[in-house]
Amino acid sequence: MASDRSGPWRRAAEALVIPIAALAAAMVVFGLFMAALGQNPLEIYALIYKGAFASAFSWQNTLSRAAPLVLTALCVALPAQAGLMVIGGEGAVVLGGLIAAIVGHLLSGAAPTGVKVAMVLAGMAIGGIWIALAGALRQYRGVNETISSLLLTYVAVALFNHFVEGPLRDPSSLNKPSTTYIGDVNMIGSLPGLDIHWGLAFGIGFCVAMHVLVRYTTYGFALRIVGGNPRAARLAGLPVTRLVLTVCGLGGAAAGLAGAVEVAAVHGSANASLIAGYGYAGIVVAFIARQNPLAIVPVAVLVGGLSASGGMLQRRLDLPDATVLVLQGIAFMLILGSEALYGRLKLFRARVA
Amino acid sequence: MKERAGQLDRRELLLGFAGAGALGALAAVGRALAADKLVVGVIYVGPRDDYGYNQAQAQAAAAVKKMPGITVVEQEKVPETTDVQKTMGSMIEQDGATLLFPTSFGYFDPHILRMAEKYPKVRFAHCGGLWTNGKHPKNVGSYFGYIDECQYLNGVVAGHTTKTKKLGFIAAKPIPQVLRNINAFSMGARTVDPKITTQLIITGDWSLPVKEAEAANSLIDQGVDVVTCHVDSPKVVVETAERRGIFVCGYHADQSALAPKGYLTGAEWSWTTPYTTHVKDAMAGNPMNNFMRGGLKEGFVKAGAYGRAVGDQARKNADTIKAQMVKGDFVIFKGPLKDNAGNTVIAAGSAHKQTDVVLEQMNYLVEGVIGKV
Amino acid sequence: MTVVELGWWGVPIGVLGGAIRISTPFLFVSLGECITERSGRINLGLEGILVMGAMSGYAVSYTSDNPWLGVLAAGGAGLLLGLLHGLACNLPRVNDIAVGIGLMLFGTGLAFFLGKPYVQPKAPTLPGIPLGAWSDSPQIRAALQVNPLFLIGLALAVGLGWALRNTRWGLVVRIVGDSSDAARAMGYAVARVRTLSTALGGFLAGIGGSFLSLYYPGSWSEGLSSGQGLMAVALVIFARWNPIRCFYAALLFGGAGALGPALQSVGVTSGYYLFNAAPYIVTLGIMIATCSPRRTLAGAPGELSINR
Repeated sequence: MASDRSGPWRRAAEALVIPIAALAAAMVVFGLFMAALGQNPLEIYALIYKGAFASAFSWQNTLSRAAPLVLTALCVALPAQAGLMVIGGEGAVVLGGLIAAIVGHLLSGAAPTGVKVAMVLAGMAIGGIWIALAGALRQYRGVNETISSLLLTYVAVALFNHFVEGPLRDPSSLNKPSTTYIGDVNMIGSLPGLDIHWGLAFGIGFCVAMHVLVRYTTYGFALRIVGGNPRAARLAGLPVTRLVLTVCGLGGAAAGLAGAVEVAAVHGSANASLIAGYGYAGIVVAFIARQNPLAIVPVAVLVGGLSASGGMLQRRLDLPDATVLVLQGIAFMLILGSEALYGRLKLFRARVA
Repeated sequence: MKERAGQLDRRELLLGFAGAGALGALAAVGRALAADKLVVGVIYVGPRDDYGYNQAQAQAAAAVKKMPGITVVEQEKVPETTDVQKTMGSMIEQDGATLLFPTSFGYFDPHILRMAEKYPKVRFAHCGGLWTNGKHPKNVGSYFGYIDECQYLNGVVAGHTTKTKKLGFIAAKPIPQVLRNINAFSMGARTVDPKITTQLIITGDWSLPVKEAEAANSLIDQGVDVVTCHVDSPKVVVETAERRGIFVCGYHADQSALAPKGYLTGAEWSWTTPYTTHVKDAMAGNPMNNFMRGGLKEGFVKAGAYGRAVGDQARKNADTIKAQMVKGDFVIFKGPLKDNAGNTVIAAGSAHKQTDVVLEQMNYLVEGVIGKV
Repeated sequence: MTVVELGWWGVPIGVLGGAIRISTPFLFVSLGECITERSGRINLGLEGILVMGAMSGYAVSYTSDNPWLGVLAAGGAGLLLGLLHGLACNLPRVNDIAVGIGLMLFGTGLAFFLGKPYVQPKAPTLPGIPLGAWSDSPQIRAALQVNPLFLIGLALAVGLGWALRNTRWGLVVRIVGDSSDAARAMGYAVARVRTLSTALGGFLAGIGGSFLSLYYPGSWSEGLSSGQGLMAVALVIFARWNPIRCFYAALLFGGAGALGPALQSVGVTSGYYLFNAAPYIVTLGIMIATCSPRRTLAGAPGELSINR
């Protein structure tokens, strides 16, 4: 195919138009499905829009649901750059939350800014170590990282529960076993003027930084070589093990950060409410974003918006909570299937004059 | 599950969808739900038809729905994260709700407290005994029931029924509220025969169907012949017990249909009383009743109907105690009471009535319970 | 019935019984995934298929009053979803793992949505075969109350292991899975073999789901699977794509899962969270002990995107 100057522009348009068209198609399919059940699709569309994007309130609803997913999706997308499929982000989330709560409590007398920084860093560190462990098991013992990261998640959740309800339990947390409250002054709080916590800003910042790292640095280039062909990478003298461990560490740090923010901005202590499945939801986001750190943000917003509008469908139409899961399922299948269209549509082909 | 706890036929569900859809049209979406009506929002942590905790709440919501001048909006499977804050916010901002029932225990702190501060004109009624005067805002209230009374009655019936003198209790987590139920159950049984023991198994979470079934099977393998539980949905435990031919006491809601042979009786919530009280107060503009509790006497809990397997002696004995409880002169937790390590936890001569807050800090298992907190 | 004091003997008996009871869904899902992966594709969506199978099996058993029809319907639902995965992955550039993740969501969502009316009704469940009838001990009789599906699964594991090695069909699947170029050169329709293998995998996973809703624990609810399908897919890697080893892995996993409750029932009450994590810790431990960095994944089909 001959390339002309509009090539990059065309590719960008293609990357935008194809998924949006797939989404539109999904809305049509979903509408037909609902119509078959006797619902009015137009009303459903209107409710989805109203629930997710129609007002400042609904936008905040959407974004606050998207915030943790941005970070947990990075836990999948970053190792994927080096060809690893990590699905154990949930473990890093809960451990990040646990360590943040411990640190926040231990340092509770210190300067609040310091405590906040320490909580966030501790969460990132433990999350990074946890996922790097899966990377290390692969590099040093040949244990497949997909299964080990999943198994490690169950271990992490067991450890979390064991500590929160055992040795680290605040005796005054009677019917909701929790660690000791970190104190009002140590809470991170919301973004100024919004009812969305700082996790969203951290997530977007993390995604941009990782995009730069993967796209524009030698490290990122090496990473992508490892992801493309590890044998070739080794032959070329690249430090494959170090690359794999660091990128797993970065991904785990993102998920650990998500957990730390949940504690430092929402719950104020570690308790079972933290085990909310953010890690698993992040897997979906990462795959829809085609493991592209920058694309994670809009995809997470889409997922957040759909789940925000799910509440609207339940409340107004008495539809089951799973309605929005069906819509998400249809949308994701079609978006993933639409990848087949890349480079095949005349509209986006470079025109050779 | 709508108005009834019973079966819901698929066609009915579809017809219900169709009815709602016919109202359709974009215009209806734009405006808030009927302005002159009181909009009540109910939030559940699990599915509304779980044969358990959430279903008991949904039954009360269904009763509220029948009251004139009320619109009820419901949302289920809302996790105890910022999601529930946004759900409460949506009900207030988008549906015009002014009275909310966020029902899961974990919703209270920080979520309800935060939203109550943000929306001081909206009432938040929470299930659980957490509201404290002076500490929590006036637009928040707690309602809760002394279900240990029914657990005690369960124990009495179980004690009469067991042949092996071994009872089983499957619990989600060893928190005070659960321990109180386990202890009451065991104490009730031991009034029949002090040799009776209650073996405890803790599953670790509120809803783990396979683990709960496995726990029931291991108890039965150890010779247990009456089992009960405190998990979100007792369905699996009740069905497993029935399948293996032992007896079972229900919890949260009525599960008798699941075990026609082995179901003895059950400890059930009856939330209609607190729900309607809150709704009436909100409609009349009365100040919120911040702290509402009750047992059998106040109609916050109820004992399930006796199953076929319950003998005459058991019925008579349990009915006598129930009558005392309804009159309000029966105390479950009174001294001398020893825990299962032999330490005295309530001294002879002292008695803790249901309202006593000491009971809410329970951290022991009484004599006769095999297990550790 | 006379009650024998079992005491600590309850633990091995409980673990044996638990292994038989809990392992079946893992077995079916991992056997299904084994076929799919042997043909060179990964279907991570079997969790969604498992849940869909559990729902449709229960629903059909309820409406038809015949649990075996339910099993068949569950397999059928799984087949369709598997086919969907297989066809989607035939499209160029479409990634099998990603489609699997999408399918997991789609299957679960659809099952929850369509399954709402069936949460409350009681459907007829599958019978058990009393293999322990020889014993006087009610515990052993209960432990050996075996569901036919377990035995079918066992036979299937043996049969598949043999068929993959010794039949023309098995050879074709393996060639397609090891090198699509070679398969194409030999004139095999790679895409069709993979699609059929994925559909067959879906069929088995659907049947695994029906075991959950129609035998153990034996009713339909939304929390029924909670990740068992995902775990079972992971077990295939653990079993190194060998059907017989899938059977052992499922048994091991089921037995370890019964350990926590069994220990508590004899009075070992502390650290239950850690005991309940036993299946995962044991599996991880075995993998660390038996894997080797030099031969990363012995037995792995060459075309698998996971095998890099």
